Amino acid sequence: MADAATSSAVAQTGRHTLALSAARRWKERGVRSALFACGAVSILTTVGIVLVLLWESVGFFREVSAWEFFTGTKWTPLFKPQNFGVLPLVAGSLLVAVGASIIALPVGLASAIYLAEYAPSRARKILKPILEILAGIPTVVYGYFALTFITPLIRQIFPGTGVFNAASAAIVVGVMIVPMVASLSEDALHAVPRSLREASYGLGATKFETVTRVVVPAALSGIVASFILAISRAIGETMAVTLAAGATPKLTFNPLESIQTMTAYVVQVSLGDTPFGTIEYRTIFAVGLLLFIITLSMNIASRFILRRFREVYE
Amino acid sequence: MGKLDLPAFEGTEEPRHIMVHDDPVLETRDLDIYYGSTRAIHSISITVPRKRITALIGPSGSGKSTVLRAFNRMNDVIPIAWCKGAVLFNGEDIYAPEVDAVEVRRRIGMVFQKPNPFPKSNFDNVAFGLRVNRYAGDIAERVEEALRRAALWDEIKDRLKDSALGLSGGQQQRLCIARALAVEPDVILMDEPASALDPIATGRIEELMQELKENYTIVIVTHNMQQAARVADFTAFMNLGQLIEYGETQKIFTGPDDQRTEAYITGRFG
Amino acid sequence: MMATREAVAGVVFDVQPERRRLKGQIFLWACFAATCVAVVLLAVLLVDILRQGATRLSVDFLNSYPSRFPERAGIKSALFGTMWTVAFTGLISFPLGVGAAIYLEEYAPRNWLTRVLETNIANLAGVPSIVYGVLGLAVFVRAMSLGRSVLAGAATLALLILPIVIISSQEAIRAVPPSIREAGYGVGATKWQTLQHLVLPIAFPGVLTGMILALSRAIGETAPLIMIGALTFIAFTPNTPLDEFTVLPIQIFNWTARPQAGFHELAAAGIIVLLVALLSMNALAIILRNRLRKEI
Repeated sequence: MADAATSSAVAQTGRHTLALSAARRWKERGVRSALFACGAVSILTTVGIVLVLLWESVGFFREVSAWEFFTGTKWTPLFKPQNFGVLPLVAGSLLVAVGASIIALPVGLASAIYLAEYAPSRARKILKPILEILAGIPTVVYGYFALTFITPLIRQIFPGTGVFNAASAAIVVGVMIVPMVASLSEDALHAVPRSLREASYGLGATKFETVTRVVVPAALSGIVASFILAISRAIGETMAVTLAAGATPKLTFNPLESIQTMTAYVVQVSLGDTPFGTIEYRTIFAVGLLLFIITLSMNIASRFILRRFREVYE
Repeated sequence: MGKLDLPAFEGTEEPRHIMVHDDPVLETRDLDIYYGSTRAIHSISITVPRKRITALIGPSGSGKSTVLRAFNRMNDVIPIAWCKGAVLFNGEDIYAPEVDAVEVRRRIGMVFQKPNPFPKSNFDNVAFGLRVNRYAGDIAERVEEALRRAALWDEIKDRLKDSALGLSGGQQQRLCIARALAVEPDVILMDEPASALDPIATGRIEELMQELKENYTIVIVTHNMQQAARVADFTAFMNLGQLIEYGETQKIFTGPDDQRTEAYITGRFG
Repeated sequence: MMATREAVAGVVFDVQPERRRLKGQIFLWACFAATCVAVVLLAVLLVDILRQGATRLSVDFLNSYPSRFPERAGIKSALFGTMWTVAFTGLISFPLGVGAAIYLEEYAPRNWLTRVLETNIANLAGVPSIVYGVLGLAVFVRAMSLGRSVLAGAATLALLILPIVIISSQEAIRAVPPSIREAGYGVGATKWQTLQHLVLPIAFPGVLTGMILALSRAIGETAPLIMIGALTFIAFTPNTPLDEFTVLPIQIFNWTARPQAGFHELAAAGIIVLLVALLSMNALAIILRNRLRKEI
């Protein structure tokens, strides 16, 4: 019965009475396409980054051999004679990142343990927002703090330290990434089910033994992932190291010396009057490409670890 | 599943139909347990005999697990839980201020409803309690003995280093039992130990309980009446946080004194 | 009851309750101390900046242009530059970010392409800000010939904060209960109509909060804008989006890098202004979230 009515209506108007009008259909499709385009902007961004970095780097590597770039130990593209060994910059970034990690990883993990396992809810309500504030402070402020407060302090304890030194930058970068480690590790600790803790208590273990021997190992993949992300962030940090660590590329492991990181070099070149299209200009992109690859690999590794080793509690 | 429509226990009457044992290993005296300001357990006095299986039965929400967890101070883990009255282990109040809850829990072990092995190897799971309590002897020997007593040794003796999460549900639960046995408790508390398992695994756990009662006192919470009838020597019926009746299993299931017990047993509610 | 060594049926435990308890206490205090390190450092940082910069704060400071002489210098150009930049960054990133979020939550099928899209966004969130600066330099300043303008800077920052906007908007949209959507479909509304009139209004507070937080990130960014050439000595405020400009963080950077002590105080004053702006934005976000949520 309904079919007869429908088919006669279809015959009359040439379209199904239950279908959307053409105008509405087109509008829906239009909206969908527009929204998809918005999403596609992010793909375009990535493509843009890769293309831009590769394009100029190709030009760079036509003039400088990859061998010299990756194994040379002097970096003086802005002076004569020009050297293009990037290792000093990489060493500088690593020195700061390692120094920052030495501070941030233990402090961040211990904070996470305190907040997740021990802190009464009143303490959490105060401490968590403070950590968020710490995370929101612009990096240039940390740079100012490093140069005007930390460096004089270091120079008092270790006379002979230069005005620019890696240690000062490492300390503030460490403080900068503590909230990141604390927050991500705390999430990982929270994800450990209560039944595991109760099983441990049921065997006569103390809270300390439960936390250190059951909960933290059970949350390990998340904690390690947070470490890797934090180190990646430290490598990508720019303003604090530009202000405090120096502009002298140097292959050294002494934190009291002035160095230059990959990021600080890029800033230095931009602040100068480097004409477009020169080899000096292209160094921005070569170093930028290296930086991009390093941080991207670490971020991917971090997510891989999280996914692959996440303990399944079912 | 409805609630029983009988007048609530006022708390002023003398407790009837409650059997009392001499020299109980565990005992509560007028135990009240609160969550914040809500009283969940009303004045429970119960005695648990040695080397027997005692079952707590009752409908959902009757408080059976809460009482069970009071025996090894597991409720301490919940911040808003607190209690009044005494819980005695071998005559001593385990909630006395000088008592260390950690030590109580070694002597009174627990097996949980859903098997909860640590994400470690089978061996490390059983050895965990030995290590934190600093067992002075040969750990490997003790692990083997615990696994034998839990009737799991033959099945996993070649897989000791494998992750415990790879075992079947029934095997995991027996591993948790072995883990509890390793620290040589006096009492084993079991909170619905077979409710997450299939019937065959359940049968093995019940068999195991009968073997274990030669050496250990067992207190089990179960919502499965038939299970209580099968394994328990003594059964306590609880409802709405109160202890209604407690006696030999035979009597509870064939001729209970209290009509509320009878209503539950015959399936009129719960 | 608690002996230190117990022999139970031949099993011997060296339980050592006191020692284990002590260990636990020490550990607790160590973790608490670690948490306080962050708090203490934050306090030291803020106190130090306040001490250094408070003397320089004045209406003149806000109203003057930078100068070679610290006594006469001010942050007017930086302040206006920041306002212009943040405004345009918001204008660009809001529709793009929210649009992408709507697409991902409401329209995208659960296939590999969508997963690529989402993984890509997560990756972009972790790219160092200076790489965005390099991108902005090559694409907006050079290829699109926008020069060292507010627009180029805003476009660069918009790309930088886009992942934040997308992810927080996604969460806000996801939080809307499915029953609302079903109610819309149930009366014959199309997908977009349901979104436009039912879902998005409910998600709006969350989206707005996320947007404000993303902009508060943008306001503090320095490196990408240095890359695109925002200058450090500007004595004018922008009149069009294509004008050259500077921003607060860059001005702070410039003053910090000068060796003369007078400039350090200026930098501290500038930092105070920047932090006040940040604090206001965050407070605004929290207030809005609470106010608008109550009205639902």
